[in-house]
Parts: sequence; C-alpha cells; structure tokens
Amino acid sequence: MNAPEQLYGWWVPVKASTYAAQLDTQLDIFHWAMLLIFVLWGIYFVYCLAHYRARPGVPAVRGQLSVAKSMVPDGIILVFEMFMIFVIGLPVWAQVMETFPEEKKANVVHVIAQQFAWNFHYPGPDGEFGRRDIHLVSSGNPIGLDDSDPASKDDIVSINTMPAPLGKPTLAYLTSMDVIHGFNVPAFRTKQDVTPGMRVRIWFEPILRGKFEIACAQLCGLAHYRMLGNVEVMTQEEFDAWIQKKLADKAEL
Amino acid sequence: MKGAAVHSQTQTGGHEAHPQLGFVRTYVFSTDHKVIGIQYMITSMLFLLSGFFMMLMMRWQLAWPGQPIPIIGQFLPETMAPGGVMLPEFYNQLGAMHGTIMVFLGIVPLGVAAFGNFVLPLQIGAKDMAFPFLNMLSYWIFLVGGILMLSSFAMPGGAAQSGWTSYAPLADLAPPGQTMWLIAMTFIITSSLFGAINFIVTTLNLRARGMTWLRLPFFVWCQFVTAILLVLAFPVLQGGAILQLLDRVAKANFFIPANLIFGGAPVEQPGGGNPLLWQHLFWFLAHPEVYVLLLPEFGIVAEILANGTRKPLFGYFELVVSVCAIGALSFIVWAHHMFLSGMRTDVTKFFTVTTMIISIPSVMVLTCFLLSLRGGSIHFTTPMLFALAFIPMFGIGGLTGLPLGFTPTDIYLHDTLYVIGHFHYVVVTGSLIALFGGLYYWFPKMFGRTMNEFWGKVHFWLTVTAMNGIFFPMMWQGMAGVLRRQYDPTAQIHNHPTLPLNKVMTISAICLALAQIPFVLNFFISIFKGKKTSANPWNATTLDWAACPSPPPHGNFAGELAIHRGPYEYSVPGHKTDWSPQHVPEKELS
Ligand code: HEM
Ligand SMILES: [Cu+2]
Ligand SMILES: [Cu+2]
Repeated sequence: MNAPEQLYGWWVPVKASTYAAQLDTQLDIFHWAMLLIFVLWGIYFVYCLAHYRARPGVPAVRGQLSVAKSMVPDGIILVFEMFMIFVIGLPVWAQVMETFPEEKKANVVHVIAQQFAWNFHYPGPDGEFGRRDIHLVSSGNPIGLDDSDPASKDDIVSINTMPAPLGKPTLAYLTSMDVIHGFNVPAFRTKQDVTPGMRVRIWFEPILRGKFEIACAQLCGLAHYRMLGNVEVMTQEEFDAWIQKKLADKAEL
Repeated sequence: MKGAAVHSQTQTGGHEAHPQLGFVRTYVFSTDHKVIGIQYMITSMLFLLSGFFMMLMMRWQLAWPGQPIPIIGQFLPETMAPGGVMLPEFYNQLGAMHGTIMVFLGIVPLGVAAFGNFVLPLQIGAKDMAFPFLNMLSYWIFLVGGILMLSSFAMPGGAAQSGWTSYAPLADLAPPGQTMWLIAMTFIITSSLFGAINFIVTTLNLRARGMTWLRLPFFVWCQFVTAILLVLAFPVLQGGAILQLLDRVAKANFFIPANLIFGGAPVEQPGGGNPLLWQHLFWFLAHPEVYVLLLPEFGIVAEILANGTRKPLFGYFELVVSVCAIGALSFIVWAHHMFLSGMRTDVTKFFTVTTMIISIPSVMVLTCFLLSLRGGSIHFTTPMLFALAFIPMFGIGGLTGLPLGFTPTDIYLHDTLYVIGHFHYVVVTGSLIALFGGLYYWFPKMFGRTMNEFWGKVHFWLTVTAMNGIFFPMMWQGMAGVLRRQYDPTAQIHNHPTLPLNKVMTISAICLALAQIPFVLNFFISIFKGKKTSANPWNATTLDWAACPSPPPHGNFAGELAIHRGPYEYSVPGHKTDWSPQHVPEKELS
C-alpha cells in the first residue's frame, strides 16, 4: 500500500481518511454539473454560429424571446447552487471543520510550523503538553520546550514525521513560529492555513496504513517548495511502541 | 450592410478655435483623452509583455527544473540565476511580479484606462473627459509607479517575493524589494483613483443631449460601474499598503503578532498585530478588483457582438441590472479567498452563499450574450472571432469558480494550480481575448487605418489554441493536488504522475509568445501603412463610430449632438440601412 504510484495519479489521490470520500463526491457532483452546463451551452453556441452566420439576402431578425424566459437557465443554476450549499455542502463542512473528536479519545498533537520544517509535539503518556517559550529555541530544541516544566518530561518532538494511529482520530493544534504556512495532506483532503498568532484546530482519521505526504500550501519563503513531511499511519500498537522508543531515546541523552 | 450616406453634417468633425499645440503638448504631455488612451494602451501592452516574459522564465523552470534558461539565462546576474539556472528566490520574485504586473499594470490599465479613456467620451458624445489635466496626471503617476515596480528587481535582495497578495508577516519581514512594491502600489492606486473619479464625473455630467441612462452603450455602463468599484475598493488597499509600509520602516506591528522567530532569532518587535487583518484589507480590494479585470471586457464584447450580429443586444436592461448587481455584490464576497485562513468557520457560510449568488448575474450576462446570437447575421470578422471566443472560454473560467467558492470543495482545491487555471481562464482566455478583440475593433478609429484581417485571424487561432494548451493542463494538475507557487515541482512526490503536463504547458506558452509576433507586426505596420478607412467602417450605431471621423479631431464632434434612440438599433424594419446611428433623426433614416 506504500508505493507512491498507488497513492498518487492523474486525478485526486487515494482516499486515505474518513472524510476524503465525502469531499470527493462533492467535487464529482460539481464537475459533472459543470460539464453538463458547458456542453448544453456549447451545443447551443455552435448551433447559433452555424445557423445564423451571415448569408447574402438573409437579414438579421430582431429578437422576440422574452427576457423572463431567458432567465430560466439562470434560475436553474441558482437552485442547483443553493441545493449544493444547504443540502449537500453545509452538513459536510460542519462535520469536517466544526465537529471535533474529544481530546480523551483522540491522538492529540501540536503542529508547530517554521521555515521550512514541520515540528510535531506529542504530550507523551501523561497526556499533558509541556510549556514552550521561543526564547528557549535552539538547534537541539526546535520548539523551545521548557524542561523545567514537569509536564514536558515525557513530551516527544518529531521533525517532519507525524506518526498517527490507524482508526483513531488525530486532533491537531496548528501554530506557526514565523510566517503563514499551509498544513496540507492531499491524500487526506486536509488543508488548513497555519497563521502565526493564532491556534487553529483540525482533525482527521486515517483509514489506510502508509506514508502520506505533507506539502506546505502557503508561500512561506524561498524553500517553500521543499517544506515537506509525512504522516506515518501505523497501528495503535506500533504507535505506542514508537512513543516508548522515543522516550527511551530521550532518557539516554 | 452597405452605403454610408446616413450622416450628413456631422461627418467632418469639429476643430474648434484651438491654438496650435507643439509636438510635446500634443503627443507627450497631452490632456486629450484620445492621446492619453493610446499612451495607456501602448504602455500597458509593454507591461503585459514584460509580465509574460517573466512567466516564460518561470514556465521553463517548471518544465525543466534546474536546467539553464535558454538565451535569457546567460544575461541574468549571479543573484538571480547563477549559470543561467534560476534560484528559488528569483522564482518567487518573478511570480510575485508577474501577478502584480499583469493585474495592476497590464489588464486593468488596458481595459479601464486605455479603452475607457479612448472610447467612453466618444460614446457619450463628450468633447473630452471632465478633468483633462487630472487625466494626464493619472497617466504619468501610473508610469512612475510602473517603472518603480519594475526597477525593484535592482533592490538588494531583489524584487518583492511574497506573491502578488503580499501576505503578512512574510511580506513584513521580506527584503527591501517589498518596500518598493508598496511604494509603487501607492502610485498605481493614486493613478487609478484619479482616473476613476474622472470616469464617474464624465459619465454623470458630459453626456450629449438625449443620452439618457438607458440609451448609454453597455460599454459605458461597464466602465461606470468599474470606476465606482475602483473608488470604493482601492482606498482600502491604499490604507493597507501604508500600514504594511509602517510595519516595515517604523516597526508598527499592524500585522505582526508577538513571539515570532525569524531567521533563527526572536523578532525584536512587541507584536500585537494580526496577519488576518492584512488579508481582509487586501481581499476587500482584490475581489472587486477581479471584476475590474472583467467588467470593461464585458462591455467590449457586447459592443462587438451587437455590431457583428447586426441586431440589438439581447436583454440590454437585464445586462445593465446584472452589471450593477455584480458591482454591489462584489463587496461582500471577499473572504471566499480566506475560507481556510483560520477565520471563524461560520463566517465562511455567509461568504459561500454570497459567492454563489454573485455567480448568477455573471451567468445572466453570459446568457444574454449567447441569446444575442439568436436571429443574428453573424459576420466572422477578426474582432468578432475574439468576442465569440470569449463566451465559451469565460464560461470555463466562471464554471470552475463554483467548486472554489463552495467551502467543502475548496478545502482540497485551495492553493492548488486549479485556482491558477481557473482565474487564468477568466483573465487570459476571457479578459485578454476580449481586449484583443477591442484592439482590432477600435484600431481604425484610433489610427484611421485598419489592421490586416488575414493576420488577425492567424493571430486569433494560434492564440486561443495556445492559451488552452497552458491553462487546461494546469487545472488538471490542480485536480491531482499540485500546489501553486512551487519552484521545483519534482520535490513533492504527489506531483510526479502529472509532471509531463508541465512540458505541454511550457511549450504552449512558447507558442503563445510566437503567436504574438503576427499581432505586434500587424499592429505597428498598420499604424503607418494600413489601409485608410472611413469614419464608420463597421457600420456601427454608437457615436464613437457614427458621429465623428477616424481618428477624431481634438474636440471630437462638430457642434452639439442630439440623441434619438438606444445604442444598438441594428436592422430596424423600414430604415434605409441596417444600422441606425444614435444621433441621426428618424426622418433621415426612413
Ligand atoms: C498570458 C499568459 C499567462 C501565462 C502563461 C500565465 C501563467 C501563470 C503561471 C504559470 C503562474 C504561476 C503559477 C504558480 O504559482 O505556480 C501564474 C500566476 C499568476 N498569474 Fe499568470 N499567466 C498569464 C497571464 C496572466 C494575466 C493576464 C494575469 C492577470 C490579469 C495573470 C495573473 C496572475 C496572478 C495574479 C498569478 C499569481 C501570482 C502569485 O502567485 O502571487 N497572469 N501565471
Ligand atoms: Cu510554505
Ligand atoms: Cu474573490
């Protein structure tokens, strides 16, 4: 399931999260409707060009069609759009962007973006995030974790790799240390600007194991194009083992 | 459609007692709206060309990343492209400058200032703009702004490189080129404001006798609404630009929040600002701005369609209402650019609804254009080809806007090349195509000579094909998740399957460049050597054609005009000719 060719192709990537299929359905509905409108318009357009081309002895005829009738297509499109918003769109928007899993039942991560890396801060077994302070930031401590805070003792920081358990929602709090970045996982259909000075919440629930690319979506400077990372989706056991290994590594230092 | 015997006394135009002006006052520091219009036209076409060349270099990098740029590469300095290979900084500069130049120095001045200046006073029967001196000032301020903008490539660290949107705090903390961008923008905005005020006052006060609001050519309506948009929206960006300038030079922190680290060190500013504030200020202008990029072109297409089908436009009143509705609604949709900015999610619902609603008047305009063909006698002249192509091409641009304005689908499409493809369908295959049509259409009026029809058609077919070869694959890549503003598309795994399309697009872009050669040659050769033309070679009904010679003299019209009918009275039963000019009394026509 891991080879990139299987994940990415000539159309939208694999659907690797619970809401990917729903969002894709909406894309599909729109594109079929757009195609239909365009083809109908196109047929009429080509018909007019052929039928009403200038011919000697055939003068133009001034219109008789009523304006009210001409508004029928406009009305149909308006009804379609309102149907899409209120019946199809808003429920999904509410589910993806406004309904969040409970912290206790989710894998909670702080995502801290910087030029040009993604830092992932996990709370560790105690479930509490340690304090951070930008004045403590150094090459060995990219997010400025305050070691004097007891809550940070078992915290884990991972750079550009975001492990996430399969079949359990991940709740991420996004912040940025410098400029605006865009947290974007195409295979999950997840995207959210990461704006400094704000903390924004997002969630996703992976349904496939594997490595899924995170590509920064907002221009953030000269290396924007290689501000990349991966969500590594693993089973809960593998995830727990990864945490333990990280804690052991940390203890050694 | 033959014979030109309708106009009697008005044919010769009017030189009023004017002191003879020297060359400089006639062609350089002129206050004549026609000369200023042509100055704007040539200048903005040069800016379009420069923005296009920037784009060609970027397209080369996208198709052949890391390869030296052919021909141009060797002339670029080390700080931009060592060994001819573009640096990421330089790519970002080109991107930001391409967007800025194309929008603010290319399409808008061409559609608004060039055509508006030249055509609007002629169509309403005015002898000049209301404030000719202000008009001249507007051009010269524009030129200074444009030159400052281009020269910013010479700043230390290069030109602005934070996108045409200049999002804070990236732009706040960027190299000095950004300061130059802000200063140049204030010049450009000032120039636009002077122009817009002029258009509004001229339309309100200088219409000929009998030129009622519902007898105005649709083009005039479009320019009038556009001018109102400019006056209401641009000051907001002007204010925003000044705030960003203060952030940069006076550490004012309007857009910089606390506790940032930049280049490894904490930013020594107390913070307290809000990056989203900039986005609101920017898009409050920039959404109406996209209609500024489009409405004048609606007007151009309408003029050409009525003339080329030899019948009145379908639904003139509906068109006027639609354009006014678009103008009004364009002020309450701006945050659809910010659905994923972190703005409150329930606020986005308001904007998704307004965005869907604003699509309806645009659909109405398109429907009217389409129905205008019905019953017509369609003459496939060069301007008409461009105007006709506008209809399906703008259709694609408009339709692809739907999934972007709709919040759930925008999550996936936001910041991908789908967005870029969508708005290039609107501004390139839409606006730019319409502007080309306008150039071919009004050229005889501007220079008293016609452009070559054959080369015009060659230009048309090559251009439309090449444009689709660029922007259709672009939307396709967007569907595959390829992001915009990427210096090296090979860096990201999810881009790999669609990479071959990059070569298709770049080759199409080179073809598009080559396709402009017949146009440029045709344009300049025809100015001096083209076939001499009469006052009204298209047998049109509006005053710009029917009531003054080509080119119109200083003062435009001889004597006072009286207007007797609506703008598009073609093929009126019982009239001698199939066009009935607005200013000719009924008894002379039947
Ligand atoms: C005529 C040929 C044109 C071509 C081939 C072209 C192509 C492109 C491409 C490839 C991009 C960059 C996509 C990326 O960021 O990866 C771009 C960006 C852009 N273009 Fe064009 N374009 C053209 C004309 C225009 C015109 C006429 C306008 C405006 C009226 C325009 C406005 C923009 C803007 C605003 C951007 C975004 C810049 C940014 O990222 O800040 N372009 N164009
Ligand atoms: Cu980035
Ligand atoms: Cu907009």
